[in-house]
Amino acid sequence: MIKVNNLRKTFGEEDKKVIVLDDFNAHFEAGQITSILGGSGSGKSTVLKHLIGVYQPDSGEIIIDGDPMVGANREGLVRIRKKFGVMFQSGALFNSLTVEDNVALPLREHTDLNETTILIMVKMKLEMVGLRGAEHLKPSQLSGGMIKRIALARAIALDPKIVFYDEPSAGLDPISIGVIDKLIVDLSKKMRITSVVVTHEIPSAMRISDKIIMLYKGKIIAAGSPEEIRNSEDPRVQQFINGSPDGPIPFSKSQKDYGEELKEMRFS
Amino acid sequence: MRFFFGFIGHSAFQTWAVAENFFKEISGMYYLTRATFYCTFIEPFRGKPNKWKPVWTQMEEVGVKSTTIVFLVSFLIGVILAFQTASQLARLGALDFVGALVGVSITRELGPLMTALVMAGRVGAAFTAEMGTMKVSDEILALETMALNPVKFLITPRFIAILVMLPCLTIMADAMGILGGFMIGVTTLGIDPIAYFDRSVEAMVVKDVVTGLIKSSVFAVIIVMVGSYMAFIIEGGAEKVGENTRTAVVVSMILIIIADLIFTSLFFFVT
Repeated sequence: MIKVNNLRKTFGEEDKKVIVLDDFNAHFEAGQITSILGGSGSGKSTVLKHLIGVYQPDSGEIIIDGDPMVGANREGLVRIRKKFGVMFQSGALFNSLTVEDNVALPLREHTDLNETTILIMVKMKLEMVGLRGAEHLKPSQLSGGMIKRIALARAIALDPKIVFYDEPSAGLDPISIGVIDKLIVDLSKKMRITSVVVTHEIPSAMRISDKIIMLYKGKIIAAGSPEEIRNSEDPRVQQFINGSPDGPIPFSKSQKDYGEELKEMRFS
Repeated sequence: MRFFFGFIGHSAFQTWAVAENFFKEISGMYYLTRATFYCTFIEPFRGKPNKWKPVWTQMEEVGVKSTTIVFLVSFLIGVILAFQTASQLARLGALDFVGALVGVSITRELGPLMTALVMAGRVGAAFTAEMGTMKVSDEILALETMALNPVKFLITPRFIAILVMLPCLTIMADAMGILGGFMIGVTTLGIDPIAYFDRSVEAMVVKDVVTGLIKSSVFAVIIVMVGSYMAFIIEGGAEKVGENTRTAVVVSMILIIIADLIFTSLFFFVT
């Protein structure tokens, strides 16, 4: 469904160039849930931003449902974007609109359905995420978990083939995490939606994924089924799974040596 | 000596960086304006019609709700003008001409200018703050990934609304300013109402009002484009929203005055 080949992305100018993504290859299969795992700054959000066409890579290609994303013109990008839905970390609901209008927005803008049909479809989507009855609330009146569920309802409003989830369980209580996990699995199994989940929540990723890709410093360090990841012998993978503060992935994020930096300080 | 040249070099580089930044902003604003014109005036004729509901909402927000402040400001400007000029004109024995002076300066200059400045503060700031918050909370990103053009979805309704409403408000401001001058002229200053009216009508020509309206539509474009551009370039958090809102108001006020100067000199030489 989605093929990513040799994706490479750098930020910054010549001397301060930072490689955020290096030689990223992945194949997201139809109807399966693939999780991209990694710590903060590992490049997983960058991967997502490439997949939804916000960033252009330095090199490499992305093919979504047979359509090349890299170098697509405006119409091409619109055509590809109609094939997928995105659930953002913050939900990114439109605060000025009610829940109903939020979910109805893609339908109103991209289809010629009449208003009654749209409202019926909105009700169906809200029932799918278990929030029928919240139509006339504003996003500011909803809890964090509810916002994510509405965001999911909006992402699937156009019945896309693919749904991208950006940190679906960040900042939620365990029950809400469970609910979101169940929704992701249900959608993917019952409606054959290809799901790409970007997360750092190990237990939930282990529960729902068919395949896990683990990133560290812009490189894939492990890929495979949850079982394979759990049994991986790579110490970095083990450290991430166990959440140890120190190990092959160092505790200090500083680039420079501590002693050197102290020596360079000038005191007047 | 080394320090001296070092200082010169440093300043030169700094000036260059500022200039480069300035031209980057200008070109960014140019591209956004072009995209907005395309979405507003050309795309509807290529099979993507505008939605009118958000335009009505914005018109109410931009126009109807601004009437009170615009009326108040222009009325008071009329009153102030009448007071300020009365003593000077009285020395020449030309008190009757207060009406003409107020009428001409309001329709030619102060009506469009004051309305635009008030709206830059009221509406321009609201545009930047609202769209900037949307940008910060990923709502604009969400629009893009839903294959909706943020320019068409957010800027076009505001653009149409202010382009229609600012000239309307300007006409009302002209009327209120003249009314303010008239009220003070015939009461406190004791000018004969008929004479006041006659002198005003003699002096004012339709051309003045029309040039005022042309200017106000240019001011409208400045307010909405600066406001939107400052919102769309926001990266980061709430702090940036505040900063860019302030910049948007300051920049649009300066640009309005500069545009006013250009137009005034243009009309001065051409007509």
